[in-house]
Amino acid sequence: MRVSTYIKKWFPLFALPTTLAFVLAFVVPFGLGLYLSFTKFQTVNDATWVGLRNYTNAFTRDTDFVRALWFTVRFAVVSVITVNVIAFALASLLTRAIKGTNIFRAVFFLPNLIGGIVLGYVWLNIINGLLIRFFQKDITFSSAYGFWGLVIVVNWQMIGYMMIIYIAGIQNIPGDVLEAADIDGASPWNKLFNVTIPMVAGSITICVFLTMANCLKLFDQNLALTNGAPKNTTEGMALNIFRTFYNQQEQGIGQAKAVVFFVFVAAIAFIQLRATRSREVEG
Amino acid sequence: MNTVGRRVGLALAAALMLSGLAACSNTGGGTTSTSTSAGGASSTASGGGYVYFLNFKPEVADKYAAIVKEYKAEKGVDVKVVTAASGTYQQQLTSEMAKSQPPTIFQINGPVGYATWKDYCADLTNSDLYKHLSDQSLAVSTSSGVWGVPYVVEGYGIIYNDAIMKKYFALPNKKVSITSAAQITSWDLLQQVVTDMTANKDALGITGVFSNTSLKPGEDWRWQTHLTDVPLFYEFSADKVDLTKGTPASIKFTYADNYKNLFDLYLNNSTTAKTLLGSKTVDDSMAEFALGQSAMIQNGNWAWNSVKDVQGNTVQPGDVHMLPLYMGIPGEEGYGIPIGTENYFSINAKADAASQKASLDFLTWLFSSDYGKKAVANDLGFIAPFDWFTGAGPADPLAQEVMAWMSKPNIKSVSWSAFQVMPNQDWKNNLGADLLSYAQGQMDWPKVVSTAVSDWSKQASAPASTK
Repeated sequence: MRVSTYIKKWFPLFALPTTLAFVLAFVVPFGLGLYLSFTKFQTVNDATWVGLRNYTNAFTRDTDFVRALWFTVRFAVVSVITVNVIAFALASLLTRAIKGTNIFRAVFFLPNLIGGIVLGYVWLNIINGLLIRFFQKDITFSSAYGFWGLVIVVNWQMIGYMMIIYIAGIQNIPGDVLEAADIDGASPWNKLFNVTIPMVAGSITICVFLTMANCLKLFDQNLALTNGAPKNTTEGMALNIFRTFYNQQEQGIGQAKAVVFFVFVAAIAFIQLRATRSREVEG
Repeated sequence: MNTVGRRVGLALAAALMLSGLAACSNTGGGTTSTSTSAGGASSTASGGGYVYFLNFKPEVADKYAAIVKEYKAEKGVDVKVVTAASGTYQQQLTSEMAKSQPPTIFQINGPVGYATWKDYCADLTNSDLYKHLSDQSLAVSTSSGVWGVPYVVEGYGIIYNDAIMKKYFALPNKKVSITSAAQITSWDLLQQVVTDMTANKDALGITGVFSNTSLKPGEDWRWQTHLTDVPLFYEFSADKVDLTKGTPASIKFTYADNYKNLFDLYLNNSTTAKTLLGSKTVDDSMAEFALGQSAMIQNGNWAWNSVKDVQGNTVQPGDVHMLPLYMGIPGEEGYGIPIGTENYFSINAKADAASQKASLDFLTWLFSSDYGKKAVANDLGFIAPFDWFTGAGPADPLAQEVMAWMSKPNIKSVSWSAFQVMPNQDWKNNLGADLLSYAQGQMDWPKVVSTAVSDWSKQASAPASTK
């Protein structure tokens, strides 16, 4: 009882720094961005109102934005599945009694510490090296190369992080539940699908959310690895917005696209959280 | 246990999203712009103004530090110079302009840049800088004022290494009648020499006549901008298109086949197989030239430093010369190399009057004082288009070559006017991507041409929001 009154009393003070940072770094720019999407502007403090024109132009001026949206969706679907399946598989391996699991965990986690731009450039060299060696071609030949290249880079980067979350989830499964399953004669597959996965549903929610959000927001890796080559066909939504902003000098339209992008990502993340959360069980 | 885990996870998720946002905003300013800043951040000039110059040319970024120091010593005024990393000037300028102390000196790239930044360009009609231009028609101006003053004249063409050319012309089995590279005065001769050189490349010790045609996205400006200027220049001249109004509504690409002539010559006589060009950069290309693996390369006089500084450079300063971009267009023999500028100083009209004046004072000092003139010619290596400059100009051999072409009797220069009115960066990038597909054999030439023409009309008709 006393503890909760303390929390009530001190909550505003302790929450203040974070709230302030959140408002300054997120809420204010977001509001400003929303306003700017209805204007024509060159710099952010110099705008004239144009109404909804930017939004219609975002879709009617060319088909690139829709294409970028479709690219991002395909990429996100493939990457979310591969990242989570591989991360979960690694996590189940590394929670067994194998020698050196800590070293393996560290090794798999390391790529996550490298920034997306650097990863993109490093992988560009690796992928080009292989393509040139075996096919006499490079990544700019086909959008399929760029697409799968991005999938590889993002997998390599995110698997380690997701693996750590899954490991924590798996380690939290009470031993008696698994033991009971063993005694009842459950097969390994039965144990996996009927015990382990339901028990780590919380981790799955988090991991799917993180991978989904990051894949939809993909930018650094996209810029470094393909920069849209060949001819903008491997361009995700974020890169398309960037290009509209700076290469076409259509700031208003770029801003409108950014708002559409936000609504899209937020809606998908919300639906996903609702869907996976309903499957969680309390341990 | 799981609830706690979930809470921690969600907190992590929130943190990650925020850091993701931070990373996004960084790419606009921090990561892509390795800015070099010299001078104090809160520089104040006498009279309460300040001088802040956002420099476009990364190749001379470090030279400004000494200039700024000298100005401080002579006049007691701080000047802040920030340099945008290559290819990020528009991003940097857009974000800097929104700050409380925006740049007072910035640059526009011609009429298209002026259209974008017109609210920010102060009228320079009464400035010393404009009055002392050796040719006032070079400035970006409209009937109501002068908005950009060019500060450097540049030229580009086919740079060749005469040491290798002399070796070729000494070959007993050469198939051409001319005896030196300077005698190449037409497309036919250029083509004959280049193809014959390729046939003898082992004897010449080169891997290809031309350095690779770098077509990696972002590294293709030598073709989608510079080379494309030439056919469009002749087209606009022949059709008497008025370029003072900015981007024409459409192009015909009349000389597309001539463009293909030269582009094919580059591709077919290259150090590099056509299918590998999508991963080649301009630096790769310059390095091949510097190391003597190629005899020719298309680039401009700004490139001398990137030849000279390559480790193991074999190219002697006395051996580099330039040829015009001959491609078989009727009458092209009367023209030399493309000479012009895409670098215009503008003064921020939204800065206060004292800062505007202080900024102009700095620029006037830079181009008219003894120290400044020396620094401009020797350190910055600019061919400055002001009447304050008399005499030899910059010492570097490519700048000398540009000046030699400017003063050739009976030879006119191809102007940069065509590439200055290209609709936007996107048009150029799309053309570059198509040229790459063409080089890879994935797109045929008529399709490249028709896409360039239709894309021009589309990009030139800006949507209502930007009018």
